[in-house]
Order: sequence, then structure tokens, then C-alpha cells
Amino acid sequence: MRSPHGSEPVSDAMVQVHNVHKSYVRGKQTVEVLHGLSLEIPKGDFVALMGPSGSGKTTLLNLVGGLDTPTSGEVRVGGERIDQLSGGRLAEWRARNVGFVFQFYNLMPVLTAEANVELPLLLTNLSAAQRRKSVAIVLEVVGLADRARHKPKELSGGQEQRVAIARALVSDPAILICDEPTGDLDRRTADEILGLLQVLNREHGKTVVMVTHDPKAAEFASRILHLEKGQLLEQAAAA
Amino acid sequence: MTRTGFVIANLWRKKTRTVLTLLSIVTAFLLFGLLQAVNVLFSAGADFVGATRLVTQARVSFTQSLPMRLLPQIESVPGVERVMWSQWFGGVWQENTQLIIQAVDPARLRDVYPEIVMPNAQWKAFESTRTGMVVGRNLANQYGWKIGQKVPIASNIFPQKDGSKAWTFDLVGIFDGKDEEWQRNTSGGWINFAYFDEANQFARGLAGVYIIRLSDPDAASGVAATIDDMFENSPDETKTQTERDFNIGFFKQIGDIGLIVRWILFAVFFTLLLVVGNTIAQSVRERIPELAILKTLGFKDGAVLGFVLAEAAALCVIGGLVGLAIATPLGVVITKASGGYLPLAVDAKVWLTGAIAVVVLSLAVGLLPALRAKRLTIVDALAGR
Repeated sequence: MRSPHGSEPVSDAMVQVHNVHKSYVRGKQTVEVLHGLSLEIPKGDFVALMGPSGSGKTTLLNLVGGLDTPTSGEVRVGGERIDQLSGGRLAEWRARNVGFVFQFYNLMPVLTAEANVELPLLLTNLSAAQRRKSVAIVLEVVGLADRARHKPKELSGGQEQRVAIARALVSDPAILICDEPTGDLDRRTADEILGLLQVLNREHGKTVVMVTHDPKAAEFASRILHLEKGQLLEQAAAA
Repeated sequence: MTRTGFVIANLWRKKTRTVLTLLSIVTAFLLFGLLQAVNVLFSAGADFVGATRLVTQARVSFTQSLPMRLLPQIESVPGVERVMWSQWFGGVWQENTQLIIQAVDPARLRDVYPEIVMPNAQWKAFESTRTGMVVGRNLANQYGWKIGQKVPIASNIFPQKDGSKAWTFDLVGIFDGKDEEWQRNTSGGWINFAYFDEANQFARGLAGVYIIRLSDPDAASGVAATIDDMFENSPDETKTQTERDFNIGFFKQIGDIGLIVRWILFAVFFTLLLVVGNTIAQSVRERIPELAILKTLGFKDGAVLGFVLAEAAALCVIGGLVGLAIATPLGVVITKASGGYLPLAVDAKVWLTGAIAVVVLSLAVGLLPALRAKRLTIVDALAGR
């Protein structure tokens, strides 16, 4: 994990969440989703977050991924306290440090697979040739080198998710944030995608934090965390 | 891929919609180019540069006649080479076909308008035939008139002494123009002033306008000022201007052309604003999740705003350029087709105004959707809220 602030304390934990509260205002009501949640995820871990709808899984994932900020409490990722970063700094931090994979892939339909993967690299100083090389490597890693010129609508769901994973990987982030990555896939394809995430975790050292409703998907993680009503219940070791 | 490539890819997301929107912008800027040229033409001040002929009319209106006694005084102004006068006759052919016929002195017409080409014998016949009439090639061809035939023409303005509106003229000549532009300008005709002056019921010794051929084009402004000063505070005050400005004055009779043009432009751009603004807004609404993903990947709010504004600007710039590019030669075509009476120049001034319009339009149609894109929060956008 690269930290622009050299003075920040460096820990073995990739993610440190301390006494985090998160509330949303919905109409006239304020709804507290996370109630003083604390959590630590070591570097290189593969964690599955499980729990019923409304338990705060995605909210926690959004806070760890820097997509949202807590109402109170601390969120450190890679030693950097991201809950205090401004919108612009948080965007820069996300670009450098996090890869995102969503349930519905969220690819740009007007771009080819390789252009979708290249998108995050437009935020770097890499030359066009360097960008193309990086894109080719990650498409190879996810097994889609031969589909580089295809647009999302020309790909299967599993292939689209592989492109999304390649996009998440291309800037070489230390942590992958996956929100129901197999929720829209059949069992066999889901297992392939989860296997790929496992390879990225085990062989490439990526820390993976995954939200899932699927117990079989959670089995691919090294640790399962259960949330209920905005609080962590227990930790269970997976396969 | 580049950021520009990304903007272009998004523009072509829905090709039909983009093409139709572009067509509406092209049409609007085509109209803009031509109407702005009209606006410039009608709002421009007097321009004497390069003028070889001046037209002196009554200061109040060219529908007021001027007495013939002004002729020697006008002829005496230094810089004046030759003066002719003409009286508007109008004329109606058959049922209700309006003609442009004017009463002139044939010899003076020939001297003042060397661009009119007609065989010498026909000029002589025009001078010597009191009831003679010469018409342009276009007019003769239109009605199949031949030299030697009698042409019955009615006048709603000038009855004969016996009260009859019916006049009959002997067609003694058919004129052409010296070049293509003048050949297009052969849809009118001339009758002999001496006969008209004597035969009509009430207008005697009156000229509609004086047309002055200059010995020195550089003296145009001075000659015009001298003539108008000469008759200032007299019962027959004059207004002397170039032929071009006089011709434009005809169109100005319709009303305040500048104001009309501005209102048309306002209506065109207001409609365009709604059409393109709605297209851009719809385009942004359709891809809120995609814009949220851009932010998720690390693109800052300003970058997302920039993407949307760039799309709006690209549409407006392409449409504006194509529209003005079509308007430019079209202006030349209209100028030629009008025989120079309506000189529409889609020039640098019009292009500059067009460039400003493109910038204003881009901001007007793009800014609100771009700000919406900038302000959207990732979590809400991805959750479909």
C-alpha cells in the first residue's frame, strides 16, 4: 500500500475501522446503519462480509473503499486515515489504492473491453503504449485477451465480470472491494470468478473484501464476518 | 484511448439521436449565418467605398417625387459625370402580374448604366419611339414578348389623361447584362419618360429618384453630402446614398428588418436550447451509474463535469461549424440570385458572432447537466437514488 504521507503510522493491518458510526438522512428520518463498529483486516486477507439486507455490509464496504465517509469514527486503509480526506483527495486515493468490482459489472457500454480496462489509467502519467501493455497483461490474467476488442454487450455475464476485475486490477491496487461480485452469475461462472479472486489474493497478494449473500461464495474467502443491525457478530474462518 | 476518445464514444452512444440533434444545430446555425448576415447588412451605416453611382431621393421617402428643376443643380456638383432620373411606373400585365417598369430618358439611361447591353439600333429606336419600351431578357422570355409587338400594361398609379388605366407600349428593344450578375438583373423594363410625362394624368415634371454616375468613386461621400446640403431646408430635401443602400432601403419598407431578424434568431435559439438541452440532460440521466463509476475509479467531480460539458460543446461546435460552413457559400448564391440587391456576406464578423453563439449555447445546454453530474454522490447514484 502506497501512502503519500510518510509520517503516517505503518501497520500490518490493511484495514482498520475504529468505532465507526454511519447515519443516513432519509426524508425526515435519520437512520443509523453502523453503530460504533470496529474491525481490522490484515494485509493479504480475503474477507467475506455476510449478513441480512440492511445489516450495513455495503455501507461498511463503501467506507473501506473510500466511496463514503463515516458520520464519526476512524477508517484507516493501508495506514492512511481516509475518513478525513476531502472529496478530491479521496478520489485520488481511490485511483491509486483500490479496485472495485460490482454485482452488475458497471462497465461503460460504449467502450470495448480493453478501453474499459484502460479507463483508470487515464488518471496516471503512463504513456499510451504503457497503458496498452498494462491492459494486455491484466486481460491475460483474467483470461480475456482474445475478447479485448469486444464491447460489453458482446460478452457473457462472466466475461463482463472478468473485464470488471481486470479494470479493478489494472492500476495495481493493494485492495479489491467486491460488492456481490457473483450475484448476477450462475453457479459455475460464479465459482470461476471467485476462483479468480482467490488466485489474485493468494498469488498476487491482493487484500480482498467481498460482500456476499451466498454462503458458497463466502467459502472462497479466508475469513467470514457477519454483520447484523450495524454491528459485527462474530468472525469465522472459512476454507 | 484518450479522454477525447471517451467523449466521442459517448457522443455516438445513440447515433440516431446524436445525428438528429446535430442536424437541428446545423440548421439553426445555417439560419443564424444567413440571418446574421442580413442583420449586419441592415444595421450597417452608409458605405460609400467603391460606389460608382449614387441615388438621390426625397428625404422623407422614395415614394415622394422630386421636381425636375433639381437636375441642373445636381449636374453642377463636382464629381458628377452624368445624371438620369427615373419615375416608378410599376405596371400590371394581364390579370394581376406585377411588373417593374420605370420611366426614363433613354440616352441618359445608356450613359449612366453602361452595364446594360442592347444593340445600337434598339437604343436608337427607344430614343425615337415615344411609346417605346425596352425590357430585360428574363422578362421578355417569361412572357414570350418579341420586338415589334404592342404590350398592353395597366398602371394602378398613373392613369392616362382620359382616366384610363390601360397603356400600350411598343416593344422596341430587349436588353441583356454585360455579365452574369447583370444578366440575372433583367426582369424589369423601361419606358420613355417624355411620353409618360406628357400622357399621364397628374404627375408632371417629377422624378422619382435621380441616379448619378460619378466621375470618381472616391468622391462618392463628398458628392452625396454636397447634394444633400444643397437642398437642406428647402421644400425638396434630399437623401443621397449608394445604389446598394438604396436597394436595401426597399427591403427596409417591410419593417424593422434588424428587429425581425433578432426575434427570429431568438426563437430559433430558444427552440435549439430546449432541444439540445433536453438531449444532453436525457443523456446524463441515462448514465448516472456510469458517471458514478467514473468517480469510483478516481475521476474527480471537475473531470466528470468536464466530460459532460465537452460532449455538449462538441455537439454545438460541430453543428455550428457545419451550419456556418454551409451558410457561407449559400450567402454568395443568394447574393447572385438576387442580382446583388440582397448582398449577404457570411463574413468573418458573422463567424465571430457565430463562435460566441457556440460558446454561449454550449454552456447554456451543458452547464446544468454537467453540474448535476458533478454533484452526484457515488453511493446514491449506484444505489439508484
